[in-house]
Amino acid sequence: MKAYYGEFGGQYVPETLMPPLMELEEAMDVHLADQTFQSELSDLLNNYAGRPTPLTLCPTLSKELGFTVRLKREDLLHTGSHKINNALGQALLAQKMGKTELVAETGAGQHGVAVATVAARLGLSATIFMGSVDVERQRMNVERMRLLGAKVESVSHGTQTLKDAINEALRYWIVNQKTVHYCFGTAAGPHPFPSLVRGFQSIISLEARDAYQKIIGRSPDMVVAAVGGGSNSIGAFAHFIPLVVDLVGVEAAGTGEEGCYNSAPINLGRPGILHGQRSMLLQTASGQVLPSHSISAGLDYPSVGPEHSYLHSIGRVRYGLANDREALEGFSLLARTEGILPALEPSHALGWLITNQAKIPPRSEVMVCLSGRGDKDLDIVLSHLDAIKN
Amino acid sequence: MSAQSKLTAAILAATQKKRPARVPFLTAGCPNVNRFWECLVELEENGADIIEIGVPFSDPVADGPLIAAASQKAIEDGVDLAWILEGLKKIKLKVPVVLMSYANPLAQYAWDRSEGANLSQRSLASLKVLAHDFRPYVSGVICPDVPLEESGPFHLAFDGTGIDLIVLVGPNTSSERMAKYARLAKGYVYVVSVLGTTGVRRDLSLEARASLARARAAFDLPLALGFGLSEPKQLAALNKSPDAVIFGSALMSHIINGGSVKDFMAPWLEAFPFELR
Ligand SMILES: Cc1ncc(COP(=O)(O)O)c(C=O)c1O
Repeated sequence: MKAYYGEFGGQYVPETLMPPLMELEEAMDVHLADQTFQSELSDLLNNYAGRPTPLTLCPTLSKELGFTVRLKREDLLHTGSHKINNALGQALLAQKMGKTELVAETGAGQHGVAVATVAARLGLSATIFMGSVDVERQRMNVERMRLLGAKVESVSHGTQTLKDAINEALRYWIVNQKTVHYCFGTAAGPHPFPSLVRGFQSIISLEARDAYQKIIGRSPDMVVAAVGGGSNSIGAFAHFIPLVVDLVGVEAAGTGEEGCYNSAPINLGRPGILHGQRSMLLQTASGQVLPSHSISAGLDYPSVGPEHSYLHSIGRVRYGLANDREALEGFSLLARTEGILPALEPSHALGWLITNQAKIPPRSEVMVCLSGRGDKDLDIVLSHLDAIKN
Repeated sequence: MSAQSKLTAAILAATQKKRPARVPFLTAGCPNVNRFWECLVELEENGADIIEIGVPFSDPVADGPLIAAASQKAIEDGVDLAWILEGLKKIKLKVPVVLMSYANPLAQYAWDRSEGANLSQRSLASLKVLAHDFRPYVSGVICPDVPLEESGPFHLAFDGTGIDLIVLVGPNTSSERMAKYARLAKGYVYVVSVLGTTGVRRDLSLEARASLARARAAFDLPLALGFGLSEPKQLAALNKSPDAVIFGSALMSHIINGGSVKDFMAPWLEAFPFELR
């Protein structure tokens, strides 16, 4: 298994984390291709999580934009986002490895809820690290995790958000590696997490490719997905990468003002080393990681999975930007035209489409990865309603 | 080879005196940007054989709360690698200095000072700049997030320059892995005493004993034990003392709370009560 995508990736971790990473890689070799594992995972994905997800044609939205938009409906999955694809896969693998506990980081709480959920289902215990700022702004998800039986640890140092929750989860894993599996939430971090998570999320593009074949007899012209750490996007791109499909990742530009904190390391950062990987990173000249910002907590991360940095460097995927206001426009347009409340993360992909509408040829077939549902974001959206109106 | 290493020599000099070498660790800028430099001089005057200086990083995953907080404060006070090198140039310590830095501050320092505008030209190959700027104030470098698998570019940058890239091993590093490290190791070997992060611990774990024994068999270099150490009596838990002891959090906590370097070092200066090796 390769640890690098071009010059990105790697395993920049303390020596004490190398043995568990090697153990994980061995377990992947043994179990992932195994028939029993595959059928157990399929059963959980289909009968517990709700796969396959529909590919929804958006007639009114398409008319407004001038091209055909179909949504890959990850928002319809159990727990409300694509995060459960990965959580189920890793939890099952952890069980095969004889681990009894899952540890995870969470920002918005979507991955934390997914992990707490699958841990309950598979009889594992779960410890979720969450920045204290996020604990405050995502109260409901904290309560959800607790009701599901998980322990939520509030992290009150550093930026008190996702970045520091990952640091703390890594420290916890160092100490408890014998019994604990670190269920990393996105296609980033030290090898083998980027390939592991990509593998579990690529079911998104596998289903989508087949659905497009059935519906229009070919692939879409364009696939658009929001990029936080990069898991829903790499999952949505994976099976289209070898095909002639325009792939667009959308990073969060924050408020969009000059010099504001943002979550767009590919567009606005430079290569650096954080959380075990070498990838694009928002940082100061002396290598200190900058705080990130986005209206959507799930995109609020200063780096990105190494495969995205690579796909960007070779020009295979375009990475655009959408700011907070554009995301809110995407949110309200989808709500109004199709009766679907998207999460603020995929709202960035929709916002990018609105802004770039004129550049997309009429009658193009465009797929948007609708990675999650918007219920979790209603408070934030309501408090920004003014921005939508202006 | 290792015989020419200033670090190996400093530890072997202590061995001759039948005591472990004393290796204090201080995060740069701790307890504040002025007192930090005074502390280095006082450490030298009070028996330090080697001094390790921590380059602050915003996301120090191998560190416990004390060093993480000290790093955060140092960053806020403007401390970075360039500031450390400038200060070292001025104070001219006699004991050898080792910089402990996560990979990114090193990589970005090098990036900013290397030729070539495009991305691939400025990859990790640019680390060579470091050895040039570190000499002659720095005798060794420890990168807590650079394991064997990622150490290639760092060895390329430092090997043969008189700056030792120090290897770290832990309680879960197998003998096979230690053997691989042994082919690259220089200066001394940093043996991490616990599966955990930096921070004061009252007792040394049983694991430490086993790790030291495995490391002794695998390496031809002095062994330095670190993570959790504060005073000599902790070493009673081992049947053989390591060749060097590294104390960081305990020293820093003492200094942050207004204690003197002299008082902290005093117990380490008394006649060493245990058997060496
Ligand atoms: C609904 C949703 N979409 C997207 C993301 C961003 O993560 P990733 O880039 O890994 O898909 C998150 C993260 O929490 C999320 O909850």
